[in-house]
Parts: sequence; C-alpha cells; structure tokens
Amino acid sequence: MAEVRGFDESKVDDAGLNESIKKLTPEKIQRVVQRVFNKESAARLQVYLNTCVHCGLCAEACHTYVSRDHDPRFAPVSKVRDTIWELIKNKGKVEPEKIKDMARIAFTECGACRRCSMYCPFGIDIAYLILVMRRICNLLGVVPKYLQDTTNSHAATMNQMWVHQDEWIDTLQWQEEEAQFEMPNVRIPLDKEGADVMYSVIAPEPKILAQLLGNMAQIMTVAGIDWTMPATDGWDNSNMAMYSGDFEVMGRVEKLHWETAARLKVKKVVMGECGHAFRGAVYDGPRWLGWQYPPIPMVHAIEFYYDLLKSGRIKVKEKYKEHVTVQDPCNTVRGRGLGHKLRYVIDQLCENFTDIDPRFEHNYCCGAGGGTINCGPPWKPTRMRSTRVKAEQFERTGAGVIITPCHNCHSGIEDIVGHYGLGMHVKFINEIMVDVMEKPEDMG
Amino acid sequence: MADADKVNWQTGKQEIIDINSLTNQFKRVDEYAVSPDGDKIAVLGQAEDDTFTAIVNGEKWPESFELAWYLRFTPHGHLICLARIDDMWTLVVDGKPWENRFEFIWNPQFAKNSPAIALAYKSEFEYGVVVDDKPWENRFQAMRDFTLSPDGKHTAATVQVEPLGEADVFKFFEGVWSVAVDGKAWDSKYINTWRPIFSPDNSSVAAEIRTDIADYSLSVDSRDWSQKYGCVWEPVFSPDGSKVVAPVRHEGAWRMAANGELIWKTRFSQLWKPQFAPGGKKLAAIGSVEFGRWTIVIDDRPWGQTFRDMVLEPVFSPDGNRAAAVVKDENRWTICADGKTWHQDFDMVWDPVFTADSARVLAKVEKDGKYHLAADGSLKMGGFDKFWDPVVEPDGNNLLLRYIEDGKYIREVKKVSDLLG
Ligand code: SF4
Ligand code: SF4
Ligand code: SF4
Repeated sequence: MAEVRGFDESKVDDAGLNESIKKLTPEKIQRVVQRVFNKESAARLQVYLNTCVHCGLCAEACHTYVSRDHDPRFAPVSKVRDTIWELIKNKGKVEPEKIKDMARIAFTECGACRRCSMYCPFGIDIAYLILVMRRICNLLGVVPKYLQDTTNSHAATMNQMWVHQDEWIDTLQWQEEEAQFEMPNVRIPLDKEGADVMYSVIAPEPKILAQLLGNMAQIMTVAGIDWTMPATDGWDNSNMAMYSGDFEVMGRVEKLHWETAARLKVKKVVMGECGHAFRGAVYDGPRWLGWQYPPIPMVHAIEFYYDLLKSGRIKVKEKYKEHVTVQDPCNTVRGRGLGHKLRYVIDQLCENFTDIDPRFEHNYCCGAGGGTINCGPPWKPTRMRSTRVKAEQFERTGAGVIITPCHNCHSGIEDIVGHYGLGMHVKFINEIMVDVMEKPEDMG
Repeated sequence: MADADKVNWQTGKQEIIDINSLTNQFKRVDEYAVSPDGDKIAVLGQAEDDTFTAIVNGEKWPESFELAWYLRFTPHGHLICLARIDDMWTLVVDGKPWENRFEFIWNPQFAKNSPAIALAYKSEFEYGVVVDDKPWENRFQAMRDFTLSPDGKHTAATVQVEPLGEADVFKFFEGVWSVAVDGKAWDSKYINTWRPIFSPDNSSVAAEIRTDIADYSLSVDSRDWSQKYGCVWEPVFSPDGSKVVAPVRHEGAWRMAANGELIWKTRFSQLWKPQFAPGGKKLAAIGSVEFGRWTIVIDDRPWGQTFRDMVLEPVFSPDGNRAAAVVKDENRWTICADGKTWHQDFDMVWDPVFTADSARVLAKVEKDGKYHLAADGSLKMGGFDKFWDPVVEPDGNNLLLRYIEDGKYIREVKKVSDLLG
C-alpha cells in the first residue's frame, strides 16, 4: 500500500506551531503548566499517571502505532511520556521548542479516539491526558493553524466554518426549494416554536454539503416529524474548540446551542451524522457548563434513523444494491454503543453488506477524529501514515461503498480511499435513505 | 404587551374566525400568528400560483411575494413578515412593504417602549442594522448579535472592523471585532465581543469582551473593566442604570460581579442570566450550587430545591417580591415559584406569567399534544389545539386567553377570580 515518502513530521511548516513558539518564554510555559496541573486537572491526572505500569498493552490498540510498523514512539503511553509526563517531571521547565514537539504529538498523532483505554487493564484514559496537553498548548497559543482557525470561527460566529447568519437561512431556503423538486410539499420549518424536534447540524452541511439538509427535509416530511431548525446562531452543534483545548469557547458554543433548543421549546434535539459533535454536545460541552446530562434529550442521527425504520415511519421501497461496509465512528459507537442500531439501519436499507473487522467498539478510528483532520493540509501526510491499518481493514471487506455516519470519518476516509487507491465510495446514511425510502404518492 | 390600555377587557368568549376559512385559501399554510390584543389571527400561506401572502381575519393582504416567512405580531400589534420581491428582501408591515430592498434581512427585533422594528441586513456583501426602514450608513464585513434600545432609537451589534485573511490566526488574536452603536464602531478592538445590551435610559451599551486567549471581561461604552476573568456571561444593567452586573468565572468558580467588583459570596459551579426585579430591589440568576444541580438564586441565596436538567430565566412578579421559573427534572417540565415546585409536571411549559396582584402564577403548558392553562400547579382550562401565552390585564382582574379549539380561533376574557377561584 501507498507509503508517504520524504515527509518529516518534525519539519512540517505550520505557523500555528512554528511562529507561536517564538513568543513563548520558559517562564510563561511554567506558569501555564502550573495553572493546568494545579488548578484545572490535578486529581484525575495524578491518578492516571500513578496507575500506569508501563505494560504497553494499550499499544496494539492504537491505529497510529500499528499503521507505523509498531514504531514505539507512537504507542499511546509514549505519547503521554513525551508530553504531559515530561512536563510533570520538569515541573513545566521546558524550552519553547519542546512545546512544539509536544503540540505536534498531542494534536496530530492522537485522535482522542479512546480505543487504547479499552485495552488498558486500568482503563487509563490516554485521550484525556492528551487533551490536557492540548489545553496547555491552547493557553500557550500553540495550536495548529487550521485547527485554531476553526476554533476562532466558533468564537466569532458560533459555527465551525465562518458561515454568516444570512447564508445559513438562505441555504435552508434554497435547499427547501431543491427538495421540493423531489417532493412538492417538503418544508424546512424555520424557528418554529413548540415543534417536537430541533434538527441541528455541523457547519460543513450548509457550507459544502447542503444537499444533506434537503435530504433530511424529505426524510422528516415522509416520517411526519414536527420539526424545526433555528433561524439564529445556535444551529451548529459541532465543536472543534473542545479539541483545540479552548474550553471557554467550547462552553460558549454549547451554551448557545442548548439555549436555542430551549427557546424553541422542543422536546428533543436530533443531530446530523457527526461523531465529534455528539461528544461535544452530549458529554464534554454540558459537563464544562455544569450539566451532568444534556439538558434536553439529544438523539444522534443513527438512533433517529433506527427509530424511523423500526416504527415504520420510514419504509423501504427497494433496498440499495451496492456492496457496502461500514465505519463505526468512535464517538457514537465506542462512546455511545450505537453499533447495533447502526447495523439494523444498514440491514434495512442495504441488500449487500459486509461487516468490518474488527468492529463495534473495537473498530479502528479513521484517524481524522479528535481535531486531527482540522489540522489541515500540512498534516495530511501524517494522517495518511497513521491510517494504513484502516485502509487494510476496508480493503478486506471487498465492498464498493463505505457508510460513514460521521462527518469527520467521512472526510478522513475519503482521504484514505484516495491515498491508498482503494477505489471505494463514501456515503452518509442520509444519502442512501433518501434514495430507497417509500415516498407516498400524495407527496409527489 | 404594549398598548394594553387599548385592549378590550370586557369579559366574554368570542369566536373570531373558523380557521378553515383562512387555510382553505392556500395550498399550504405554515405559520399562525395572533395579535397581542387577541382581536386578530393571521396565517401565512402559499397560493396555487406559488406566491406567498398573509390572511388576517379572513382578509388577504393586497400584495403577494415570491417567498415569505417569519409571520409575527409585534408587541405593539403590527403584523410583520420577511418577504422576497424581485429577488430582494424587505420587511412587510401590515401588508405594506418597506421602501428599502436588501440582499437579505433577518432576525427582527422589537423595542420595549416603542413600536420600532429592527433587522439585520446585508447589502453589497456587507452587514448592518436597519430600524424602521432606515439602514445604518456604515456597514461591516461581518456582524452578529444585534440589539435594539428600549426606546427603539438606537441599535448596537458585534461587528468585524478589520479584514481577516483566510486562516489568519495571528490577526484574529490581535483583535478585529468591536461593538458598533448606530453604525459607529467603538475605538477599541477585541478578540471577540458578544451580546451588547443597552441601559434602560438608552444611553449606554455594555458587552462581553475577550482580550486574550482565556481572558474575558466586560466593557461599557468601550471602557473596559480593569479586572479580567476566566470567562463571563451576559451582562445586565440595573434599572436605574448605575450598575452593570454579570456572572464571571473567578478562580475556577462562577461569581456575580457588578461594575467590576465581586458582589455575591457564593462560588457557583455555574451562574447565568442575571435579572433585576422591577425597581431593582432584587437580583436573580440561574445558578448551579453543586455540579449537575440547578436552581434560581436571589440575592446570593439559592432556593432549597434543585433540578437536574434545566432551569430557565427567572421571571419576577410585578411587585418584585416573588419569582418563578420553568424547571426541568428527569425530563419532566414544570414551574418552580419562590422555591416551591408545582406537583404536576408537563410535556412542555412556557414562561410563567404573574397576575397583576402578584398573587398567582400562570403558564401555558402542554400535555399529550394539547395545550392548557395551568395556575399554581393545576390545570384550569384547556385541551386546545393551539394556545398563546395568557395576557394579564395590568392593574386589573382580567385575563385574556387566545386559543384554537375545534378549528375555531377564540378570544376570551375571564375574570381571574372566576377562573382561579
Ligand atoms: S489515537 Fe486513539 S488509540 Fe491512539 S493513543 Fe490516541 S486515543 Fe489512544
Ligand atoms: S495499558 Fe494502561 S497501564 Fe499499560 S501502558 Fe497502557 S496506559 Fe499504561
Ligand atoms: S472521525 Fe470518526 S472514527 Fe474518527 S474519532 Fe471521530 S468519530 Fe471516530
């Protein structure tokens, strides 16, 4: 399979790391490290670090390590040793150049997928430790440029892709018109107070994949769901600030999202096919804000489709014929246990399915998660080096289509398919469902 | 509601119109709106020729539009919608479009003490605010949260005052955002500004600001508080305008601050939505005293009961002595008034409404797909298909109810004592 030759990770030109460290002083580094260790993360951090017995059982779990021919530098525990651990040992006394290495490891060599924790006899959450490292990097201003830009977009616009407020509404209106060509009575109800469901999405949908919104409008209409989408900020449920370590911005974005759902008086929020957004909106965001649970029930698209099919609200006219396989997104399958529902949905929609192996919570991460794909073009070769095991996994299925109910997985796997020449297509469930569902006569 | 004195408070039940007679005229109807005085009901619909217009009590607006949405009555009783005419957008008020046309308009806001209407607009790919058909002369590359002063004469918004190249993270952290008042930006620039708000006398604007990666504060008329915090939330002015109050994150906990000084002793794990009682006698907020448990805090004293899921903005009684809020626990919605939770819970609850004498708490509630009026915890009337918030006669004993029942829109005025006993 394809190799990434002549690429030296330590020499990647990313101003977010290379330029920012020029402004650092050892004193500032120490101050920030002390703040995070002593005021923000003390107890949990110490427990994890004291418990690890360096047995290395977690290593085989990590796609980065396995894909790189078991290079010990990429074992989960090494990533912690070379970052957080070193800072603790030195009480934060390190040179700026060292912070750059640590940032590279934390942001680009770990996708916070938590696969390794499952294989650790003590359940040590390596991803958490890596996120603590990222928090330090964030407070030092040392974050890969493109990931930082995404966070800046969240801070300024409350969405991930600098979408202006008018563009959001305009996109929904033209998607409604597009969908009406398929089904004349489709609506995208905007800002409808008292609807049962608020549908929320991540910004790449209006920005570059608007047809997914039109598809969902058709699905909602056929299923007879009383739904709405907000006409003000708060519609974006994604959260890259969670992964860049900017918890204040993460909290602000999630606060607005939940306040918007409360303002619209909806009984639940259904979110589109995204993994990290689910984690942000259901776990990390609410907890930073002081909620133990999301304040209003949130249902991921996988569960929503499952309910629609199971209850017969959506019926299948003719199953999808292509040979398909699936990506189990870490944040909804490992994180939420939706693997069985995902397979039920695929079985209902598709004729010819070959499962992935390993699967469910044991599935390998696609390598795009945890903000790694948002680190942008300079780091794509790194991602490709770290995902060979993923490419091999897909290739073994012999399928032509990979179903990916997650935006990050979707983009990451498209890169993998291209890079490793797999000749496969990547699809959201939404795209298949809209093709195969029964559309009642009177709906056009 | 504004102009409450113009409302007909004569008790009695009146069928205004059969809804079918409105909806039959369209191939599709999507929005219903009811006037604050209850006299009118309007729908927005798409006609057979695919144009959109509104029908008010059976009367069609004279003009129709390529596209229209957001049909609402303003608090002053005007019916508005956003409409597209010849590919440009404008606001239609009582059937009459504004003179100006825009590439886009959205997010109508209404003034508290005047009939003014403001919107965000876009022209030539730049952004501004338009009030009563008068657009800001200055426009900006980007604009978010805007707000209208209580008298409707001034507007403020968060605006981008410098160009920002693609993924220029360094420039972003130099600060390219500010607050513009009536289209004129403050001199100072910030990494971010959010949620500007006017003082009650319309003369001052306060906003949240971000001055470094994790340094937040408040600014009033471009004069920043000298203190920095780990985070801040939405400020409010005291009714006399002398204080700006905001929740701030200080040493890992949320505290209440006024004019830059901490004023409450309690350290909360969360604190937001400060609200002054009428007259400014009391200050309430939503607070979390321990992680995952929420309640209302008044003058630094949390109510005894706490809730797991959610607590919404506190509402004060007219005399300022009582407060109530929508609360949600284990996915059941209800109301908590003065720290005592109603026994009944509901599928959904709207904001509490106090009677004029501050004695009773009312709310629109939903149960099994039907809407009801609840008072002090029990259902008083209902089973409606649609129901709008009850309106209390100011300084009076009557209540205006607006609902749809058996396909008819009904306006009913009832004596509070008859209804609630
Ligand atoms: S990428 Fe996943 S498996 Fe590898 S270290 Fe990070 S969390 Fe663990
Ligand atoms: S498996 Fe657990 S204990 Fe062993 S090295 Fe990995 S993190 Fe440490
Ligand atoms: S991108 Fe997909 S596979 Fe990767 S971490 Fe996110 S959910 Fe997991």
